[in-house]
Amino acid sequence: MDVIKILAVIGSAAVLVVVIELIRRGRLKEKYSLLWLAAGSILLILSASRELLEYLSHLVGIYYAPSFLFLLAFLFLLLITLHFSVVISGLSEKNKRMAQELALLRQELRELAARVTDKREGRS
Amino acid sequence: MMKILIIVPAYNEEESLPGALRDLRASLPSADVLVVNDGSTDSTGKIACESGVKALHLPFNLGIGGAMQAGYRYAEQYGYDIAMQFDGDGQHLGKEIDKLVKPLLMGESDLVIGSRFLLPGTYRASLFRMIGIRIFSFIISRILGTPVTDSTSGFRAANRRVIEFFSRTYPDDYPEVEALVLLHKARLRITEVAVAMGERTGGVSSITPIRSVYYMVKVLLAIFIDLLKKVR
Repeated sequence: MDVIKILAVIGSAAVLVVVIELIRRGRLKEKYSLLWLAAGSILLILSASRELLEYLSHLVGIYYAPSFLFLLAFLFLLLITLHFSVVISGLSEKNKRMAQELALLRQELRELAARVTDKREGRS
Repeated sequence: MMKILIIVPAYNEEESLPGALRDLRASLPSADVLVVNDGSTDSTGKIACESGVKALHLPFNLGIGGAMQAGYRYAEQYGYDIAMQFDGDGQHLGKEIDKLVKPLLMGESDLVIGSRFLLPGTYRASLFRMIGIRIFSFIISRILGTPVTDSTSGFRAANRRVIEFFSRTYPDDYPEVEALVLLHKARLRITEVAVAMGERTGGVSSITPIRSVYYMVKVLLAIFIDLLKKVR
């Protein structure tokens, strides 16, 4: 067994273990863990089976199999960060809406309170 | 009787806000004034509360886009027919508001922009700023198919259809130019009228020399992205 294979197996297994543990403790929502789980599993399978890795890398024209592994890892990271950018955009839009809603509600409350005091003092 | 709301976005404008509010009360006593306090750290919020106008206090700074949209949403919720943007820094003058509102009342336009450049005036700006404004105006005129001379002007009046559109969709930062592209895509009509503008009475422009480069790039990019966007 070559060193790169052992390292790759340990690396991808570690990713899976950490992600699963984070989900178990409720620190990571399932929704955001799917890409990580997929990345970990696929990288683990390919690291463990040299034959499958060789086969797939030759299929796409890469003749040094481990670099196919790096390519996959890189693509997964790219996908995950893109996913984050989309999620952050959604969150910042919601955050903005919420801030606006809060300001609108506060003003509504102030107007209502003013009306109530007016009525109590018999001004309207 | 048309219900008019004058939205005054204010971020740390304690020096100039009282003057702007006095000006509005004197020139348009019938209109409602709404100060949108965009998370100011000075006494802007207090001034707005004590002056008896309506006020929205955003819990933190959203930027001019988010602040203006809060104002448009207020106008939408409370059934205003016309909403104005009126900057509280002394550049916009209450006596000029009628000129902006008139084309809306006549049904000739959906959004009216007050332009500094239609009158042979005394407006002076730095060379770089003028070049920037020219470039935007050129691109916007091409996209809209009608000449727009002052696409960065924040002095504008919107009718009910634009109020409804803006409360759903409004650009986040540096929104003035982008908003025109979005309105055009939504097939709403934009016109310009000549107005006089005053000198800034307090505070500093949010656009500093360093930021102006970022501003140019960001807005240009946003315009072209907006052209590709789906508009509801």
